[in-house]
Amino acid sequence: MTVRERLREKISTAFYRHGLLCASYPVPIILFTSASILACCYPLLRLPLPGTGPVEFTTRVRDYTVPSHEPQGDLGERPDWYRGPPVAYIQQVLVKAAVSPWDSTLVPVDVFRSPLGRVFSLLEEIRNHVHNDGSGVRSLEALCLQVTDLLPGLRRMQTVLPEHGCLLVSPGNYWQNQRELFDSDPDLLKTVHQHEPKGLHTSATLRDLLFGVPVKHTGVSLYSRKRVVTYTITMVLGSYDARFLSSLRARLRQLHPSVNCSLREDHMVHVHFKEEIGMAELIPLVTTYIILFAYIYFSTRKIDMVKSKWGLALAAVVTVLSSLLMSVGLCTLFGLTPTLNGGEIFPYLVVVIGLENVLVLTKSVVSTPVDLEVKLRIAQGLSNESWSIMKNMATELCIILIGYFTLVPAIQEFCLFAVVGLVSDFFLQMFFFTTVLSIDIRRMELADLNRRLPAEAGMPPPKPGPLRPREAPPPPRPSPYTITLQTPAFRNLRLPKRLRVVYFLARTRLAQRFIMVGTVIWIGILAYTDPAGLRTYLAAQVSEQSPLGESGAGGLPPHLGVASVFPGPGGDPASTLSVLPAPAEPTPLPENQSQGHHGAPREGVPHQAQAPPLVPQISWGAEDEEGWRRLSFRHWPSLFSYYNITLAKRYISILPVIPVTLHLSPREAIETRHPQDTRHPPPFIGMYGEGSKQVINPLSLSRVAALGLAAGVLLVLLLFCLYRVLCPRNYGQNGVAHGRRRRGDLPCDDYGYSPPISEISPLLLRGHSMDIECLASDGMLLASCCLAGQIRVWDAQTGDCLTVIPKHGSCLYSCIIGGWEQRDGWDTVGVAEPENLGGGTEPGGGVFDEDEGYPLRRRTTPRPALFEDQPDLTPLIDTNFDSQPSSHLLLTPPRDGFDFGGLVERAYLEHEPPSLGAVWAMELRGNLIAAGRSSGKLELWDAVEGSLRCSNEDGVSGITALAFLNNRIVAARLDGSLDFFTVDINKPLGLLQYRGPPGRSNMPPSPCYSSEDVISCQLTRSVQCAHQKPITVLRAAAGRVVTGSQDHTVRVYRLEDSCCLFTLQGHSGGITAIYIDQTMVLASGGQDGAICLWDVLTGSRVSHVYGHRGDVTSLVCTTSCVISSGLDDLICIWDRSTGIKLYSIQQEVGCGASLGVISESLLVTGGQGCVSFWDLNFGDLLQTVYLGQSSDGQGVRQLVVLNNAAIVCDFGSELSLVYVPSVLEKLD
Amino acid sequence: QSTVRSGSGQTDPSRGPYIAVITNRSTTLVIRGFMLFSIGVFLALVLNLLQVQRNVTLFPPDVISSIFSSAWWVPPCCGTASAIIGLLYPCIDCRLGEPHKFKREWSSVMRCVAVFVGINHASAKVDFANNVQLSLTLAALSIGLWWTFDRSRSGFGLGVVIALLATLSTQLLVYNGVFQYTSPDFLYIRSWLPCIFFAGVITMGNIGRQLALYECKLMSEKTHQD
Repeated sequence: MTVRERLREKISTAFYRHGLLCASYPVPIILFTSASILACCYPLLRLPLPGTGPVEFTTRVRDYTVPSHEPQGDLGERPDWYRGPPVAYIQQVLVKAAVSPWDSTLVPVDVFRSPLGRVFSLLEEIRNHVHNDGSGVRSLEALCLQVTDLLPGLRRMQTVLPEHGCLLVSPGNYWQNQRELFDSDPDLLKTVHQHEPKGLHTSATLRDLLFGVPVKHTGVSLYSRKRVVTYTITMVLGSYDARFLSSLRARLRQLHPSVNCSLREDHMVHVHFKEEIGMAELIPLVTTYIILFAYIYFSTRKIDMVKSKWGLALAAVVTVLSSLLMSVGLCTLFGLTPTLNGGEIFPYLVVVIGLENVLVLTKSVVSTPVDLEVKLRIAQGLSNESWSIMKNMATELCIILIGYFTLVPAIQEFCLFAVVGLVSDFFLQMFFFTTVLSIDIRRMELADLNRRLPAEAGMPPPKPGPLRPREAPPPPRPSPYTITLQTPAFRNLRLPKRLRVVYFLARTRLAQRFIMVGTVIWIGILAYTDPAGLRTYLAAQVSEQSPLGESGAGGLPPHLGVASVFPGPGGDPASTLSVLPAPAEPTPLPENQSQGHHGAPREGVPHQAQAPPLVPQISWGAEDEEGWRRLSFRHWPSLFSYYNITLAKRYISILPVIPVTLHLSPREAIETRHPQDTRHPPPFIGMYGEGSKQVINPLSLSRVAALGLAAGVLLVLLLFCLYRVLCPRNYGQNGVAHGRRRRGDLPCDDYGYSPPISEISPLLLRGHSMDIECLASDGMLLASCCLAGQIRVWDAQTGDCLTVIPKHGSCLYSCIIGGWEQRDGWDTVGVAEPENLGGGTEPGGGVFDEDEGYPLRRRTTPRPALFEDQPDLTPLIDTNFDSQPSSHLLLTPPRDGFDFGGLVERAYLEHEPPSLGAVWAMELRGNLIAAGRSSGKLELWDAVEGSLRCSNEDGVSGITALAFLNNRIVAARLDGSLDFFTVDINKPLGLLQYRGPPGRSNMPPSPCYSSEDVISCQLTRSVQCAHQKPITVLRAAAGRVVTGSQDHTVRVYRLEDSCCLFTLQGHSGGITAIYIDQTMVLASGGQDGAICLWDVLTGSRVSHVYGHRGDVTSLVCTTSCVISSGLDDLICIWDRSTGIKLYSIQQEVGCGASLGVISESLLVTGGQGCVSFWDLNFGDLLQTVYLGQSSDGQGVRQLVVLNNAAIVCDFGSELSLVYVPSVLEKLD
Repeated sequence: QSTVRSGSGQTDPSRGPYIAVITNRSTTLVIRGFMLFSIGVFLALVLNLLQVQRNVTLFPPDVISSIFSSAWWVPPCCGTASAIIGLLYPCIDCRLGEPHKFKREWSSVMRCVAVFVGINHASAKVDFANNVQLSLTLAALSIGLWWTFDRSRSGFGLGVVIALLATLSTQLLVYNGVFQYTSPDFLYIRSWLPCIFFAGVITMGNIGRQLALYECKLMSEKTHQD
């Protein structure tokens, strides 16, 4: 045990040091690892690329024998596929023909018509060639590969490809090998073209097959510059007979000697084709890759809490991939050649090596204390996980080693790769990934710091006084809102639509997918139209077999290109060049031609002598030796596949070509002309031989260039349009007018981008002259009370002001208001002495006089004693003063006015019990407004008529909070006592009307008091010392009244009998927020930043979480979560049942603390001059609505959600009514 | 009754219809079963393809028919079996009262599936010297699979039992001539079959448990709410 522990300790120390090292020198280490990765991958360059390209093996023709089937011991150089006879031998006759001398009377068609015409005689020659020696008579018919039907789907090709006979292909097949058809063909090119498939093709086309040389080398074109026509006659031989072939060669050479031809004829090339990957093999492969990607996806999804998730995921994947590459490279370096199919075992290797370690590392590092230095964090994280990493690695190595001893070669190889891969993966994790991680963590820390500094520095930002200086423009908000999410499921911010579209495109990768779909379709079309492709196959199933092809003549044309060359024993043909002079065997010639070589002998020799300067040069070069290499490597497989012969895993032998040179006289060319040939527009360059092409060339070039230019211009235009659509118009200019982010300057009905205009526009309710203090609503009506004590009742639907209720003694406040508006008056005289002001707010009558004295003195406006009887004076005074601004000394900056406002407010609070206090609490129910005053007086006002219905002055201490439920009013007082009042309505007619059906739960019956009712308000019970300290919060719902106080406790009372049910203790600070709703959920938040959830029925604490640094300022619950906001400007969303924090939203500093839930998933928060809407499910910022132009100074402190999906919030001295129309559907 | 904050209690407390359906116990069971069934069918088809494909010609192979090269009843059988297994595992965990805690992540499940496919791949493609070697290797791989991804006793026991039952039933089918193995080597067949079955059971159990995890979460949420 001790050994183990010591080991563990050592490992952990080593890892610690290593972590320090990595985090200290990230750049050198990354360079070092990259270098080592590259070095280890270097041997890979020597590996042949995996693929299905054919491989070659060259042998000498001379001593060629068909290889035996048995592997022969030590023929080391011989590839192991070189066993047994090949599928076929390919003998090509390469014909180069030209009309010479070229004279100006010839038309372009003459370039190829007569040379092509010669193919028929050549064919005749070849077909009829017979070699007769002692062992018997041999003809092509006996040696060639006999083919049967074409694949059923290739009906279209029946006219051109041979069936039921020798596989012999040449351009003559276009005309069924009949000279007459050729001669009567008016347009040769059209005939050739009509068999070309439409569209793009990857595999060999019919033209390639028949001509046996790539299209551009045939010279069959009206614009051929060299005027040399090249084609091949391809014979596919089933068996090899050296004598027949050499006699044929000699015969052809004799007939058509090629003077300057020095092609080597001593090597034959064997080409082996790999197994083609079929669809059936592909499916499991694709499945494993899909599983692999799912694995990678699910693994990297767990990376969290880092700066760039994707960066790290990429690093993880890179780590694993490069470790694999390194392992292959290393194995190759030490002489192990991978024999396994790399593509197949690759996913398993990745899965075995796994991404687990990097994830564990990330997690461990991330979970270290944030306040540590990055280096230390990395080191600690590494050393924490060191033991488990080492253990895992040892286990895996053991398992793989066990696998190594299974002694199955394939498994052994796999294990070897896996072991090396594991080790290199470990190396990369330790060096590469750790370093990347350290860089990432450092970046995150920086970003974190930037974001958090302001929040921490100015933690309780002095509540932005409603009258903050305006001339100091608020600093531009650094970033709108940043959301810290802990579950990866919740992400992405909601943005303007334009951006959303772009992001949507980016997120769903639409463009990419379109391209992919396009590619797939293209591939599908290719596979379908390919002669050997799916269509063939499908057609085969549908159609019945066709009887037979027509002409026995037919052929196999071309060749294959080659991906890699196996250097055979005679690998380089040049080295063995000298073996035999080509025309070595003229002997068998005489008997060879049985019948018809009539056309052949005519013109061979004479022409070549007379080559004049204009003679097109026929030259034979090294490239003609193996002309088939220039063809697609699918050439031979596709030819054979037409006859349902597979070349997969088999080989063919390509014999040296037989060169044939044809020179035709102009006379012959003219003779063979078709009458229509001359109708082709004579190329105007007819006479300048070579010049023609050069003239044509620039022409077509310019055409291409013009097309390209047009396409480019179109593309640019398109991009430009896209840009215009997607980007703001004035992007890049300092156009404030449309700049999106300059909120402050925007009029409230124009946000610079369109969606909000249509969706949400706030309605400002103006009328209060001072800041709004209380706000209450019952859904229909809205009551607000300002610091001046004025209560205004608004229609919550329309925003009309229905009633203005001045408090008693409104004159006092009116005067103050007047003084405030009329700053100079106060500044010059009164403001210098705040005590005096304090005195002014004292209830004493004398003070009042003094107050009133100022305006009177200065203005000599007759001021009648403004007592209760003249409530409407405030506006009057306002107008008066406003209309005469010039008569006063406008010396003081407006800031003083703000100060004064603050003073007034403080004064109210300091001088608690004035006999006619300010309104501290207000509730609205039915059409009754209950207002609690600082004097302890409870008043009931009629909301519609603005008349005082009753008042109760039983208490002395100021009412800090009110709850009005049914016919009961609960008032909490500053001294900690709690009073229960009953509102009795004595209807003269005796009936109480209810606005709604009584039973509905979510629309509480609100009694409608008519104006005739006599309303009395009785104190039914007063609980003295309900709390030791002032009651801060009072909430009532579901028949319960809950109070929270500064004495750290929450108490629950029953509403009916005022009986205290529970005293809930659990907070370690004063209670600042309480939430209770119909479902009896009670949540409380305190100054300690804790949030408690209680069971109201039992009084037990359900959960207790710490979420905020500083006070919890507001709490709301939905059915599934609890939302809290705190002084730290954080909004936390908790799971209601488990108490787990789902995520949190970091808001700006001083954003206010008001919260409201509009629907189950829509949260609204108040900010600086704006309200923001959030999607609760995902934490998305849906929208921010700015309430006014110069809003930055004022925060939204109160926010009430109305039933009709509107919210009301205070906004300085104004109220803002914001409708959320899009929510209406959700509510309904 | 009214709340103090008007508006907050207004919405319907029940969840949306989708969630409600999801939390319905039997519905989830059906959904889970269906998912497991489709996974089983898919794996059966693909793995069967692994076994049959060899000597594929150059021409577009008969894709459709090679996918369905086995008898029509094989994929549904595999699907049903995997559905049963996938439902059985979490259920047994529940009954035994020892919830499976080991590596409960999708990435680990995917890894498990990949290894399972790899085992099949190896059995189909790697040339073993003899059958004993093949069966030993496969057995080791299967046990390794269990150790790496499951490590529960119940998982092991169930895996062994089901593997034996499945082998027995296939043997019965063979005896009754319902189908024949291509290879005449009787032992050959018998040797690799139980290992493959075992690995498959472990894999499907893993998937089933992972799927059940979601349901557990939902259920617990719901009960808390209630």
